[in-house]
Amino acid sequence: MFRRLPEAQIEVTLFFENQVVAAAVGDSVASALLAAGITIFGINQVSSRPRTPRCLIGNCFECLVEIEGEGRRQACLIPVRNGMRVRKITADEEIVP
Amino acid sequence: MSVDIDLAVVGSGPAGLAAATQAAELGLDTVLFDEQATPGGQIYRNIEQVTAQRPQTLKLLSTDYYDGLVLIDAFRNSGVSYQAQTAVWEVVAERGDDGMISLGTVTGGTAEMYHAHAVIIATGAMERPVPLPGWTLPGVMGAGAVQTLLKGSAIIPDVSSVLIGSGPLLYLVAWQLLRAGAPPHALWLTTPRLQWRHALPALPGMLHAGDELWKGLRWLRELRAAGVSIRSGAEDLNIEGDDQVEAVSARFGGRRKRIKTRLALLHFGIIPNTQLTMASACKHVWDSVQRCWRPYHDDWGVTNVPGIFVAGDGAGIGGARAAKLCGQLATLEAARQLAHIDTRTRDALASPIQISLRRELGTRPFLNRLFPPPALNVSDELTVCPCEGVSAGELRKVIRLGCPGPNQAKAFIRCGMGPCQGRMCGLTVSESFARERGIPVETVGHYHLRPPVKPLTVGELAGLAGMPTPIVDSGGLPTKGHK
Repeated sequence: MFRRLPEAQIEVTLFFENQVVAAAVGDSVASALLAAGITIFGINQVSSRPRTPRCLIGNCFECLVEIEGEGRRQACLIPVRNGMRVRKITADEEIVP
Repeated sequence: MSVDIDLAVVGSGPAGLAAATQAAELGLDTVLFDEQATPGGQIYRNIEQVTAQRPQTLKLLSTDYYDGLVLIDAFRNSGVSYQAQTAVWEVVAERGDDGMISLGTVTGGTAEMYHAHAVIIATGAMERPVPLPGWTLPGVMGAGAVQTLLKGSAIIPDVSSVLIGSGPLLYLVAWQLLRAGAPPHALWLTTPRLQWRHALPALPGMLHAGDELWKGLRWLRELRAAGVSIRSGAEDLNIEGDDQVEAVSARFGGRRKRIKTRLALLHFGIIPNTQLTMASACKHVWDSVQRCWRPYHDDWGVTNVPGIFVAGDGAGIGGARAAKLCGQLATLEAARQLAHIDTRTRDALASPIQISLRRELGTRPFLNRLFPPPALNVSDELTVCPCEGVSAGELRKVIRLGCPGPNQAKAFIRCGMGPCQGRMCGLTVSESFARERGIPVETVGHYHLRPPVKPLTVGELAGLAGMPTPIVDSGGLPTKGHK
């Protein structure tokens, strides 16, 4: 769906589930995943529809993922770091209390 | 930890940057908080990196982008304390015995409380959420989101997109994609054909901004020349697909058009992001032209809550240049209230700013007439609240059953109860009540928003020193804590 302009400097590696994702310094977790072709960030457990980021500026909350073991983080607001581990949120964690 | 300061500024877009810089010049002890890693807000996102290291992206952006560099340089040199990657999750309006306002912040897992004599909330704008069939499918994004990818990460679409909606940003993004080598297939405008005729009476306000008009017309000409299909008067929009966008369709007059695409970019103008002001008990008024809420405020950005000011697009859409000027005015009045300057000094400093601001805001009537918000479409099957999967039909049902208002609808059907806290459905829900009841939106009101307005873990909250400690009685139940 997306590609990078040649000027992007790929210097960071993170992990989404078991997939290795190459990212650029300054990427948010969400932009790194989108650039790697990952558009589905989770499944909405109420409606069962796939969740995909829509706004990328912290408002839609469709990009929630688990980052470094911490659940329900906004991927669009968190800069990538080398070796970062990102996971989809599991089904029971998705349910809003 | 708890910190006492003169002025807290929330948001580092043009309004926040200008407000904070002005505050430093007046000698106010100021902290600026912003969620992003770098200053600039959405409009000047990542401008320092782009101008220093990314000539390809820089070429794609409009020259207005440079204005941000001047603002950010002044801010960086001002000595204001800058708290990046910091979310403000509450601004507590009830002043304590010390007469200060408290702000709850969180940075990388650490929550803190700040106490400020004055707070300027400059949280900017967001794209207007408009429910459409298929608007939550993967492959649907805000046009603004694509610009975020470009500015932030040099990422562009590698599929042929269709841009749908209205407003200046839609044209800009289409033109930027063209120049980036990712020309959109089509630009479908929901503004009626010949809408410009309605805008003509307001044209005089654009006189000093003629270059903006020409710029817009040039973008359109270049898009057409490149073969991008541009149509206005799109109605009855439909985004098709099961787990991913496959096509978009719309009716133009009597004929329906359909285009296969995997990327639909929506944009229906921008509205003030009022999440923090609403949670801070600021009074909000309904803007019946732009059909959105904005915090009530006077010409200095003074809200109904003593000590809380608003500035920039978050106070009412005026654009980046107006935002900067409003930020400066809010600081001048805050400094006067804190007795750092007297009224005469405030007025002398404000006078040239007010003249520029009047000229800037003179363009709004024309733009508002040219780009009216789309008509409210809430056919039964539409998803109104994506977080909780609430349809317009379910909402209408509870309204007709006598559900009193948006806050009771939360309890009935959970709309607005999900992670986004009503950011995506709030407008639609309030407008739906107004339409069904035949009463003004202002009478319906909006969701009560409560802190924290940004996610906060229990661990982060518990880490706050100085928080009341729960006292657990012998039955194991927490009783009321005290300091």
